Amino acid sequence: MSWVVANFAQIWELTLTHVGLSVPPIVLGFILSVPLGWVAHRYAVSRSILLTVSGLLYTIPSLSLFLVLPAILGTTQLDPANVVVAMTIYAIALMVRSAADGFSSVEPSVRQSATAVGYSGWGRFWAVELPLAGPVLVAGMRVVSASTVSLISVGSLIGVSSLGYLFIDGLNRQFPTEILAGIVATIVIAVVFDVALVLIGRLLMPWTRSGAQVKRRRAATRTEVAA
Amino acid sequence: MSLFAAAFAWLFDAANWAGSNGIPMRTLEHLIYTVVTLIAAGIVGVAVGLYIGHTGKLRGAAVLVTGSLRALPTLGLLFLFALWLGIGLTPVIIVLAVLAVPPLLAGTYAGIEAIERSTIDSARAMGMTEWQILARVEIPLAMPLIVSGVRSAALQVIATATIAAYLPLGGLGRFVFDNLSLRRWDAVIGGAIIVTVLALIVDGLFALLERSVVSKGVRAARSRGLGEAATKRKSVAVDAA
Repeated sequence: MSWVVANFAQIWELTLTHVGLSVPPIVLGFILSVPLGWVAHRYAVSRSILLTVSGLLYTIPSLSLFLVLPAILGTTQLDPANVVVAMTIYAIALMVRSAADGFSSVEPSVRQSATAVGYSGWGRFWAVELPLAGPVLVAGMRVVSASTVSLISVGSLIGVSSLGYLFIDGLNRQFPTEILAGIVATIVIAVVFDVALVLIGRLLMPWTRSGAQVKRRRAATRTEVAA
Repeated sequence: MSLFAAAFAWLFDAANWAGSNGIPMRTLEHLIYTVVTLIAAGIVGVAVGLYIGHTGKLRGAAVLVTGSLRALPTLGLLFLFALWLGIGLTPVIIVLAVLAVPPLLAGTYAGIEAIERSTIDSARAMGMTEWQILARVEIPLAMPLIVSGVRSAALQVIATATIAAYLPLGGLGRFVFDNLSLRRWDAVIGGAIIVTVLALIVDGLFALLERSVVSKGVRAARSRGLGEAATKRKSVAVDAA
């Protein structure tokens, strides 16, 4: 415990670095996945193609991706951009499926009603489909956020600093406290992100507070399984 | 891109395919770690998943556990266990199993949960015991999602077993870590490529398995295009694939 107090400045700094590496992939993953997910939901052909491709992307082990990306992007091996791009790819891989499931969870009758009261395709997307897909999107983003925060530390193995530094340093110095401190800090970040996502969801979708429909809950469960 | 050419040259160099440090041996080690972990995690994850799915008890706890385990940084956990238990296969298997249990658990209970309640009620009404319902109705119908859970678990384990090689153990990660400090990028990327190909092959095999474990009755009903239940199962099976 005294080690944690003595080294709090360093832990805090690494925590901030970790957060800095985690936020861009989570945000980018969402922005890119929603349109892809919508396209996947809308057309049967694109659904199988997009879900297959995103499924394949998710099978690439993170360490491999961190190492291979510089050769593709032309970045240096130590560039944090490799980690950010790799984690964005994972976020998309997980999130496209959730987004497609989310849009599919909107009852066709609801969509027809929206059309009947005069919504055009674009307006209906923003005012009806996106909000109703919201709970499944949030469920998907919670998975994305947790896995991003925990995977970022793998980047430390190739020299991109984050809380993962504490794991490697702790192992080299045979000092479990340092590793534990890193694990706890990672979990704290993950919990804070998770709570933030839930709060954002409640703020944007006040109607979900009274309990979601069974179908959406099932879609959310599938999201958990797919991950 | 020339780095890729170098990596492929490394991959196809016969010298890298021989001996205890060769690609076949490292791949075998990697697969052994994966299989041992999946068996260990499968016993726990599937059993608990069946209990939760069948009884409906502890579902909230399962969601919480699977969710929070995902946020646990595997790297830190691995190194922590390595310090506690000494560097060896035990900490690696434990940590990989911790990683593999949540998808197995979630796949199993979600598989049972997705079954129409009326199907299970009918089985009960016909006089089946709870064990018979589990063995003859719930497990066969949940099988595609259970296999889907095993598939995600296998992928996570294959990916993470790579990291385990940072502790001086075997597996495909050795190509990465042994050569990283030497800046021999052809071997590093070559190793990364093998892991990826292995993950893709295993994923493909499980995809086929998922399709083949759809129970006979469901497949028959589906091919005849009968009933709402058949269509529902189909969508679940497709989703799992």
